[in-house]
This record gives sequence, structure tokens and C-alpha cells, in this order.
Amino acid sequence: MDEPVKEPKRRLVAPQSELIRLERRLFLKQGLSLGALTLLSGCDVTDTDSVQKALWTMSRWNDRVQAAIFDPDKLAPEYPESAITKPFPFNAYYPEAKAPRVEGAGYKLELGGMIRDKKPWTLPELYALPQSSQITRHICVEGWSAIGKWSGVRFRTFLERIGADLSAKYVGFKCADDYYTSIDMPTALHPQTLLTFRFADQILPTAYGFPMKLRIPTKLGFKNPKYITAMFVTNDNPGGYWEDQGYNWFSGL
Amino acid sequence: MCYRFTLEPAGAAALNSGLEGQGVKPAALAGGKVLIHPLAVRITHWVNAIAMLIMIASGWRIYNAAPFFSFTIPPQLTLGGWLGGALQWHFAGLWLLVINGVIYLSYGLASRHIAANFFPLTLAAIWRDLRSALRGRIAHEVGVYNALQRMAYLGVICAVIALVFSGAALWKPVQLQELAALIGGYEGVRRVHFVAMALVVAFVIVHLVMVVLVPRTLISMFSGYGRKTQLSRDTHHG
Repeated sequence: MDEPVKEPKRRLVAPQSELIRLERRLFLKQGLSLGALTLLSGCDVTDTDSVQKALWTMSRWNDRVQAAIFDPDKLAPEYPESAITKPFPFNAYYPEAKAPRVEGAGYKLELGGMIRDKKPWTLPELYALPQSSQITRHICVEGWSAIGKWSGVRFRTFLERIGADLSAKYVGFKCADDYYTSIDMPTALHPQTLLTFRFADQILPTAYGFPMKLRIPTKLGFKNPKYITAMFVTNDNPGGYWEDQGYNWFSGL
Repeated sequence: MCYRFTLEPAGAAALNSGLEGQGVKPAALAGGKVLIHPLAVRITHWVNAIAMLIMIASGWRIYNAAPFFSFTIPPQLTLGGWLGGALQWHFAGLWLLVINGVIYLSYGLASRHIAANFFPLTLAAIWRDLRSALRGRIAHEVGVYNALQRMAYLGVICAVIALVFSGAALWKPVQLQELAALIGGYEGVRRVHFVAMALVVAFVIVHLVMVVLVPRTLISMFSGYGRKTQLSRDTHHG
């Protein structure tokens, strides 16, 4: 979710929601430069099928390596309030003006997949869960970083509360901006993975993901979904908006 | 150990015969020619060249996504086509670079290739050879590096090691947070990684200029051999 519109989509792998992708592609095309268009036309020498296949294979290998490296008890560094980056940057695959405005009053978080109690959750119900805060460094796949303060419920607590099958492999997310992503269960259960409702002690503004953002300080920014409308637990990797285009799926820090 | 590597394969002898006349048997090579680069060094050298090309060109594309200096790298010089493609190349290429580097260093230490070729290296020797190089009188002896060459080769080895460690800290700033903190924290690590890259690029430029000036060194890096008479044309000094 942390990728401004800069570069063209070139490779789509998972045959998921092709129509939505097409719309996005048309949308992205509006911002394309001439140079980017030459890439879309496929004249890049590295864009042969065998090379692409090898690179994707290596990326899947790197998923496995990172899952092995991931220490469920290792905490991301936390910072003092004075270290918070102001203003905290907005990022998405669209400009800030296009950020989705979710109606809080009628909002319900939909649950699906390997979850015992799939009753949808309203915001007051979510706000009533035990809350905690963290000041951590958000690291974007582009390389830049920014420190922010997020508050919400430990995701592990929420997963336990809804009776999620914690032995499942993945948790997937669908968002109000048509973004989607997924994470591995060990990361979902990490003590610093928070389902957050506040940024800098204020209810999340639209720019930062109202009504909620899953904050994962052990993953790159685009693995931290905002505007979440639904989540599901599954054993089939649901992929993700950027992941299906080429960003590494695990993207752990 | 290096002689076992180099005298056995028919390929090296064939390359040499093609280079220096027909039908020269390996045994005869000992006369005019000297083994400069053992096979293990030649293979790891060229694998490293490919790996470095991939890492630097894709790394430039990654840098362009969020430049921290006032310049970006011309996209035509970069690899990957877009950030995601560049990252795929970078994180695939790293395995080639690291595995090849470990093989080279293991071989280099075990065979005493590094100890024998790059050491001893003293400041006095560097100063002496720098002055004679500036006067255009630098010692060349086949298979023996002068102090400036030793410094350059050891320096680039250190720069690549710095690239690998800062790269590991960039990739895993949480899992390897102690390493990241040692290198200056996440934002510091980004810059160290860039500076180490710049040092390697500076080395490569000088390296390529030297190859253009003395093209037979390029042939040696394929064949492994150089000719004693050919290479020792310059003045020696105490």
C-alpha cells in the first residue's frame, strides 16, 4: 500500500479478479510516462518468459528463506514520541484525493474462511477491545522510512477472540480501495502486529486508512493493509495487489 | 593446490595454444609462460562480474524509487524495468554474489591465494608505488602485484563485504537489528550500502581502464597464463 503511482504494472500472475485489475491498469496508465510506455510494449530484453520464470522462482525461494529467518519473538525497535516523523507521508497506488471515504456508522468488518465466529464487527465493538500503542518505523519497499504511532488491538487477541484457526497458514485482507494483501500466520500472531484504529492518538484519518489499518512493523509498508473491510483465514495463499505483480510476497523485515 | 586446478584441464591448455601458437604442450608452458590466475580464481572472477552487474544495475533502479541524494540514475543504465522487477533481480542476484563470494574467499584463504598475492601490504610500499606510478615507473612482474594493485584488490573485496553486510541489514532491519544499529540504523545503512556500491563502481572503472591500457590482462583472465617477457617491461626498483 506504500507505492505511489510511479511505474507500470507489467506482469500479472494470479488470475484473480481480472476485471478489477483491468480497471486499475487503465487508471495507472493515466500516469504513465513515455518511457514507461516503452516498457509496457515489452521491448525490455529481460522480459522473456524464462527469465521472468526464474526470477519468480527465486522470489518464492526467498519467501521460504524469510519465513525460516523470521523470529516470532524478535521485536521491532520502538522509538520515543520525539522521533515521530511529521508529517507522516501518505502512500497508496493512487493519489491522496482518491483515498476511499468509509462511512463509520454503517461499517462492519466482515470475517471469512477458517474462523469459528464469523459475526461481523462494528467499530464500537472493535474499539472496546483491549488497546495498546506502538511507535515503530514504517519501511517502504521503495526504501524510505518514517516513524509513526499507531494504537489498536493486538491482532493475536482479535484472532483468538473470533476463533480463528491459528494453525492455518495465511490471513487475507480485502480493502475499501480494492487493495488486497495477505500475511503468514506467524507474523499475524507476532506481539507487535496490531489491528489499529488510531494514528498519533487520533482516530485514523482517511489518509492513514480509516477505519482500520493492520500495522505490522516486521513487514514492508505495502504488507500493512489500510481501509480493511474483510479478512479471512485460509491455507491457500491469497497473494496481494503488489505481490501478484512482482513484489516479494513475504517481504519481512 | 592451484596447480592441480590449472594444469589438468585441457581447456586451459587449448586456450593457450590458440593464443600463442599451435601444439604447445602444458609442460612446455613452463618455459615462457607463467600461471597468473588459477582456474578457481578465473571462474569466480567472471561469475562475480555477472553478479555485480546484476546487483549494481538493479540496485540503481531501487535507489531511483526513493533517492536520498539530489540525483537519480538514468533508467537506461538500470535493470528490472520497474521497482518490482529490479527487486526481483536484486534478491535473485544476491545469492549468486554471496555464494560465489564465499567460494572465492574460502578458496583464497585455504590455497593462500589471498595471502600470497595481496600480502604483505604496507603503507610504505603503497607510498613508494604511488610515487613511482605517478612518475610512470611502476613495477610490473608477471604474477606479482604491486602495492597499489594489492590495495585496490583488497579494497574492493572489503567494499563487497561491506555491501553484503549492509545489504543484509537493509533486507532484515528487524531480524538483524543489532547489525543495522551497528551500521548506523536503518537510514544510515541505506547510505552505507550506497557508498559501498560507489566504491565498487569506482574500482570497476579503474579496473576497466587498466584492461583497456593492458589488454593482455583480459586474455590472462580467460586463459590463466601470462608471459614473463611480455609483462616485465617496466623498470624495477629496490
